[in-house]
Amino acid sequence: MDRIPILKIGAALLVTIQVDLHDSVAMALEEDLSNMIVKAGAKGVLIDISALEIVDSFIGRMLANIAGVARMLDADTVVVGMRPAVAITLVELGLSLPGVKTALNAERGMALIQRRVAESGLEADHAAGEF
Amino acid sequence: MARQPASLNGIVAAHEDEILREWQRVLSLGGTERRLTGREIEAQCRAVLEALKESSGGTEEVSDRLQDLLAEISRNRATQGFGVTETVGFLLSLKRPLVDAIGREHAKAPAIALRETLASTELVDGLALRLMDAFVRNREEIIIRQQQEIAELSTPVVKLWDGILAVPLIGTLDSSRTQVVMENLLQAIVDQSAQMTIIDITGVPTVDTLVAQHLLKTIAAARLMGADCIISGIRPQIAQTMVHLGVELSVVSKATLAEALAHALLKTGRAVVTRRPVVEA
Repeated sequence: MDRIPILKIGAALLVTIQVDLHDSVAMALEEDLSNMIVKAGAKGVLIDISALEIVDSFIGRMLANIAGVARMLDADTVVVGMRPAVAITLVELGLSLPGVKTALNAERGMALIQRRVAESGLEADHAAGEF
Repeated sequence: MARQPASLNGIVAAHEDEILREWQRVLSLGGTERRLTGREIEAQCRAVLEALKESSGGTEEVSDRLQDLLAEISRNRATQGFGVTETVGFLLSLKRPLVDAIGREHAKAPAIALRETLASTELVDGLALRLMDAFVRNREEIIIRQQQEIAELSTPVVKLWDGILAVPLIGTLDSSRTQVVMENLLQAIVDQSAQMTIIDITGVPTVDTLVAQHLLKTIAAARLMGADCIISGIRPQIAQTMVHLGVELSVVSKATLAEALAHALLKTGRAVVTRRPVVEA
């Protein structure tokens, strides 16, 4: 079975979807990603869907699920590179992915995650200073 | 009776000149044809009569030539701005000259005259209906084309600054227009790699729940592409109506486009400062 590779870059995990996302592949990705977040202690998950041309309600729900799981494991999910047609389709399907952060491209998405990591680092210092 | 062909096309052929003269007289009496010159009217009348002569005379089968002719007349008149009455009246006024001609032809045989009169009336009525049909269809085509042109004209996406876009919306937002706005905006976000979009609704006359839903859809789609949205230019009355309707836009909303731009600049890490004006020596 095809599996989508998950790359670890610093505190972030990078997932680039370059094939048609079949349901089984999507479910495998969700499982792999949850395991990987815990194993790598990741603070952010970057999902690049710039090559994705077709979405259905299942894929939309899967993205929302991944975001939910990641949030529970203390990681932000950033979806980047969505095509206009895909965005319109998701909105028409009523899936506006409320828990998911978005960015135009991978560079900006990575900046978003790094900012969050930096901020959480500051917060940690604060907490250490107070006690 | 000396001649045998007593059917309608025969009568038209035999009395063509009289019918033509009479028809033109009726038309000029009606006064609806002032927009066309006498020669144009004559040409049109003559063409219709020619086509009638060719036609077999039955009401069901209208020859291709006649149909093409009707389509052309209706198209011309639709673009020239004629009304339905004027266009159909043109054809209906053929009835009287035609009936007169039948009367003259069958003066000795009232029964045949009656039958031919009925047939000719049915024929003209049928043609008039076809003409009306074609006319209305042409008018609808014109309206649809104009709607498309307006939709294209009225949804520009403007670049205000690097990464800041504005969509000044003017006129009522319906679902088809929202679609055009959304597509244009999302494509512009990709092209300009924009981070902020300002949707200015100063020119939107009313915002009801449906329009608000359309706005929210556009905002949601822009957010999915990674761009933040600001709404600007909500007029006081509209703001009141929206609150009364219970419509809530859960986005940053600014009173004017200027404030929205200032907010967008701030969000993208820029500031607008006042400095002493340069005094020219």
